[in-house]
Amino acid sequence: MTALVIRGGHLIDPAAGVDGLKDILLKDGRVAEIAGHGKLKQANGAQVLDATGLVVAPGLVDIHVHLREPGQGYKETIATGTAAAAAGGFTAVAAMPNTIPVNDSPEITRWMQAPERGAAIRVFPIGAATRGSKGEALNDFAALKSAGAVAVTDDGHPILKDNVMRETLAAAARVGLTVIQHAEDTRLTQGASMNAGPVAFRLGLRGMPTEAESGLVERDIRLVTELRDARVHLHVAHTSTAAALAAVRQARRSGLRVTCEVAPHHFLLTEEHVGMYDTNAKMNPPLRSAADRNAMVEAILDGVVDAIATDHAPHAIHEKEVEFENAPNGITGLETALGLSLRWLHHEWKMPIGRVLSLLSAQPAALLNLKGRGTLTVGSFADVVVFDPKAEWTFRARETKSKARNTPFDGWTMQGKVRWTISEGRIAYTGG
Amino acid sequence: MAKRRVALLFYESSTRTRTSFELAAKGLGADTTLVSSLSSSIEKGETLKDTGLTLRALGAEAIILRHNSSGAPWLLEAETRLPVLNAGDGMHEHPTQALLDLRTMLAHLRPGVDKVNAETLAGVTVTIVGDILHSRVARSNMLLLPRLGARVLLCGPKELLPELAAQAGPGIAIERDFNAALRQSHAVMMLRIQAERLAGLQLNLEEYKKGYQLTGQRLAEHAPTAIVMHPGPIIRGLELTAGVADGPQSVILEQVKNGVAIRMAVVERALTSAQGGRG
Repeated sequence: MTALVIRGGHLIDPAAGVDGLKDILLKDGRVAEIAGHGKLKQANGAQVLDATGLVVAPGLVDIHVHLREPGQGYKETIATGTAAAAAGGFTAVAAMPNTIPVNDSPEITRWMQAPERGAAIRVFPIGAATRGSKGEALNDFAALKSAGAVAVTDDGHPILKDNVMRETLAAAARVGLTVIQHAEDTRLTQGASMNAGPVAFRLGLRGMPTEAESGLVERDIRLVTELRDARVHLHVAHTSTAAALAAVRQARRSGLRVTCEVAPHHFLLTEEHVGMYDTNAKMNPPLRSAADRNAMVEAILDGVVDAIATDHAPHAIHEKEVEFENAPNGITGLETALGLSLRWLHHEWKMPIGRVLSLLSAQPAALLNLKGRGTLTVGSFADVVVFDPKAEWTFRARETKSKARNTPFDGWTMQGKVRWTISEGRIAYTGG
Repeated sequence: MAKRRVALLFYESSTRTRTSFELAAKGLGADTTLVSSLSSSIEKGETLKDTGLTLRALGAEAIILRHNSSGAPWLLEAETRLPVLNAGDGMHEHPTQALLDLRTMLAHLRPGVDKVNAETLAGVTVTIVGDILHSRVARSNMLLLPRLGARVLLCGPKELLPELAAQAGPGIAIERDFNAALRQSHAVMMLRIQAERLAGLQLNLEEYKKGYQLTGQRLAEHAPTAIVMHPGPIIRGLELTAGVADGPQSVILEQVKNGVAIRMAVVERALTSAQGGRG
């Protein structure tokens, strides 16, 4: 494999505490050397990328994406989804198991990682917690883990039964896997298609109460407390309500291993963005009130939120061109996460750029124990994003690398343009 | 409007609205065609978009849509770029019903008025009673009446009338005591309990009738001069008694009659205005 030198860039590696002008040598898929500008010792013969004026950072890590394979290649494939990820600066994504069939087996887990899938970057499958994600019989977590699964979840089919969730948490802890819960008490959300409240009433749509999320988070935290096992790790997916965040905050104060992620649309948009039934503003959990949205921003700024994750959920165009109630949930997010995070968290709300990048790389990598990812210390995987931090640009859904265009951020101004995404030493994306 | 082509696209059953839109369009000289979800390709899985594009290809210049999903008219308009008249969408709105309700109220409460403004109904209280949660008629009236200065009182049990309904717009308040609401009312609009939209909600009908049925005695005692309205279909013996429905304060059939004139106006506007418009 050819060696790569990234020269003259501003290296920001929050996990390693590095923030300065550095040259980096990437060799054999790993970080081989880091030195002051012009001081690399072993760079002879390497291809050189000139990163003058650019930020060089660990490749981004998205722990919540839907790549739709196996089974729904018309929405997205592993190849197209990861191409979109690379364009967004991501070098690793964790893929949810709500495929067809459900990824509840080592075979599917391996299939998703096979070279034939044509992934542009590294894919880490997340295994289903229960057989067929039906919330009854637990899968063999040890077998899933040895096939490459990095966590277990039933995602869109949250585990409602106390005993099943308790067993899931305990069994996952024994093999060192995180349990991710899509916190939604589905008994409270039947037939609902947006956040419950005045907007849903005005639009004549059935609403999902915030309690459907916070109630299940509170239940899960109670189960973690009762298990009294320090190895148990509960991760709350796509947190969208102030009450759920408050529960996570409290659990952390009590020393529990409870983490959470927030999606860009939940810290930027509110239920008002549904407008006149825009199906690209329909997802689950739904866009919430301004108070909830503000709570997301606050919790990101004060450190309660462990990761920004996109919940990239591609759908075919015709699937979203239907009545709001009949449209599937979800929006794409891989190509807009960095641009929105830098534009809003960093530029508007003054979060240091290192902290923003940490939420998009070091912290999610650590959360799922992805060794050698999310940092650029010598010996780590050569997963790198190089971007122009000052560049403002407009995201156009029609120019996406994803198969899907279901985004509410079409036409939005982004900050930070990806120049190169490097996955294990290979250039996976070259931007203009 | 002779020979102009108007399509009626109905995904839900309807007697009053469909017939009156049809009579209205025909009364203007337009040709109408009716497509209903049963007995059409909708049964075979055709989407609203494709049905709309098909109607446009067949020469429809405007589409009158009744649909069980809130917001469906916006989708149809976006996909066909035709004027779409909302004949009721899910639990959202039923604008022509609100307009014919207004026409009926004006005839009784403001006789002789032929132009309306923001004060036309100042001092008037209209009470809407019953299944507000699932009612598109209630939502449209809640939007329209305060714009003319009326106060809208909402009355019903919590299951059918959530507190947040009062936040739907200005000029709207909740009064759960039916008798107290009646005493303030110049018009009282009774609503049917929409069994088809209850979605598992359990309701004790005997309790409901005790609290919210409009009986002759209640009317005589608390609102002897108010007009009694209902968008239909009425369920005699549930939300109101037969005596009230047929009684001297009832204007229910006048509402139906006004529907044709209102819809003629709306169809004409759709066919003549360059930008079309949602009814």
